Amino acid sequence: MILDIIVTGIISGSIYAVLAVGFSLIFGVARIVNIAHTAFYMVAAYGIYFGTQRLGWHPFWCMILTVALVTLIGLLCYKAIIDPIREHEAAVLIATIALAMAMQEVMLLIFSGSYLSVPSLLRGYFKVLGVKVFYQQLITFGVVLMILMGLWALLMKTRLGVAIRATADDREVANLMGINESRVAMITMGISVGLAAVAGAVVAPLSTLNPFMWMHPLIMMMAVVVLGGLGSIKGSFTGAYILGFAEALVVFLTPKGAFLKDAVALSIMILVLLIRPEGLFGIYFEEER
Amino acid sequence: MTKKRIGMIFLASVFIFTFFAVPAWSKDVIKIGVIGPMNFLQGKGHWNGATMAAEELNAKGGILVGKKRMKVEIIKADSNEFLSITDATNAMERLLTRDKVDFVVGGFRSEAVLAMQDIAMDYKKIFIDCGAAHPELCLKVSKNYKRYKYFFRGTPFNSYYLAKTCFIHAGTVGAILRKALGLKKIMAAIVGEKAMWVDPMIGAAKKVLPKMGMEIVGIWRPSPVATDVTAELSAIQRSGAQFIFTIFSSSVGITFARQAGELKIPAVQVGINVEAQKDGFWEATQGNGNYVMTLNTYCRGVEYNELTRPFVEGYARRFGETPTYTADTYAAIKYGLAPTIEMAGTLDADKLVKVLEKRVYKVPSGKVKYMVDEKGRQTHDLTWGPGYLTSLGVQWQDGTQRGVWPYKWKPAEGVPEITYKGIVPYKIPPWVIAKYKK
Repeated sequence: MILDIIVTGIISGSIYAVLAVGFSLIFGVARIVNIAHTAFYMVAAYGIYFGTQRLGWHPFWCMILTVALVTLIGLLCYKAIIDPIREHEAAVLIATIALAMAMQEVMLLIFSGSYLSVPSLLRGYFKVLGVKVFYQQLITFGVVLMILMGLWALLMKTRLGVAIRATADDREVANLMGINESRVAMITMGISVGLAAVAGAVVAPLSTLNPFMWMHPLIMMMAVVVLGGLGSIKGSFTGAYILGFAEALVVFLTPKGAFLKDAVALSIMILVLLIRPEGLFGIYFEEER
Repeated sequence: MTKKRIGMIFLASVFIFTFFAVPAWSKDVIKIGVIGPMNFLQGKGHWNGATMAAEELNAKGGILVGKKRMKVEIIKADSNEFLSITDATNAMERLLTRDKVDFVVGGFRSEAVLAMQDIAMDYKKIFIDCGAAHPELCLKVSKNYKRYKYFFRGTPFNSYYLAKTCFIHAGTVGAILRKALGLKKIMAAIVGEKAMWVDPMIGAAKKVLPKMGMEIVGIWRPSPVATDVTAELSAIQRSGAQFIFTIFSSSVGITFARQAGELKIPAVQVGINVEAQKDGFWEATQGNGNYVMTLNTYCRGVEYNELTRPFVEGYARRFGETPTYTADTYAAIKYGLAPTIEMAGTLDADKLVKVLEKRVYKVPSGKVKYMVDEKGRQTHDLTWGPGYLTSLGVQWQDGTQRGVWPYKWKPAEGVPEITYKGIVPYKIPPWVIAKYKK
């Protein structure tokens, strides 16, 4: 059972990490709580379904195109809806909720409420220490590692990364230093939505598509980023795996209470908020500095 | 006030009275409201079934009400009951007040139908439920007949009989496994989504399955919308279960079947899996839902009686898919309401109730007879059993849904075996045979 918990925890944690990193990034840089983050993930999943099942395209190329398209949609939404009200955090929160619900209704209109699925990039499973693992889950884990490395390289080794880190540290000073804070925020939004779309690409084959599929990952993702610390990418990864293991523990130790795994995750989030409000690796809000 | 003004007010009153107070029997159409979650397959089934019925009746000139033929007009109402019970009750109110329907058919979720039932009873309109199975709906009829007599269950039979039928399927498959694989005792896992309607079924399964020679190795309760059940499946496999009794109504049915099939979990799946009843299940599981067995009402190629094939094939031709049980709005209108209206010669609800509750009539899924309880009180609930309604056990076999029960089913000693036309033998998954066959 220990091995089951470890393997399951790693896989679940990887899935949450993919979603949480993008969310954390845009909050850290632009202080945008993008509730529509998982809605973009949903749109990407439907895009992949449409391309592979309705148009018959190859899954790999379909994913590339879908990620690009969803990123573009995200940028347009940012420019049209979020950017004009960016200084008003409450308004941004409400606007992104509305955006998410609008995307849900559009998907409901186009695809109806029927449950759909996307084929795996690689069908079948293999055994890790006696535990069966889907190839698709391994791909997800691999993608997470690649994202981590790619993000690290972007943030640490490129001028853009320096600008993003500087803006995340202190917006005003970054502006004074000649960094176009607004442009950095937009680029970060693009990266964030792109990550959500990639999540849709690798997680969708493991999931069941329906217009309401963005809600459950949103809750888990919020729990992850709060646990890890809003704005902290390192925290998001750590929080994702903590909650992934917590879920696995609940399912294996209390089979009748398997449905409680989400409640356990949220309870951990509340506990962390009470003991350490900024999360495990959180950054303070500007007002508190 | 001048005489002219008084005259205008009088004329306006006459106009308003005439416009809003036209008695039903002086209309030209019979309005039937069709209420359901129209953005989902269940609601589409409601509407499609009703559409077929209305078209067939109107093609023959409509329904004879006394000496007058009246056409049928169906009115769609989206209950949105998957998301909001309030929306469902609002939709029912609109049907009854704004659209002024004469009858209502439809409904799906028990919680929503319970609420909609009260509204229909307030307006004393006949409401035929075509989706919810909760026994409470018909218990209300027997306890408070005066108020609830306008309510009838159209489909499915109530959850007590749904469970009973599932357990018969479980016993049948258990016997097949014992015979084919040489197993003395079947290890059974119970997996039911965490939802209100499942709780009593879990309790019943814990009592019934051991009596069938099965040992229960564990009970798992995933979320109805769980997107990953690999943890549960790993645990089930480790428990040594050869038989999984499933109780699913939501998307977890697809996730479970898909992942269990992909992981080749060496256990058969039998029970209720609502998603597995649909044509889209095969694609939704990417072909991994093979050998999943579930309770169902209709299956291409299977006939309860002479009405089944024309309905099922006609529906499939028209709408491109096998009818789900919610499409029994067709039976509710064509075989339930229409002949009742013609027999009674009126649209008066009180008179129609008296006729309908005593009728015994054929429908595409069997024969409808409304039950009375042990005190002789009308329940307007459906009679279950051979000769009436039994539903089917269907199994996905290589991309096609096949009827596998009743197959040489002996309901009781001295009763002849029953096999419906088109039923085929149950198939054990090859990986289960490979694992356990001695």
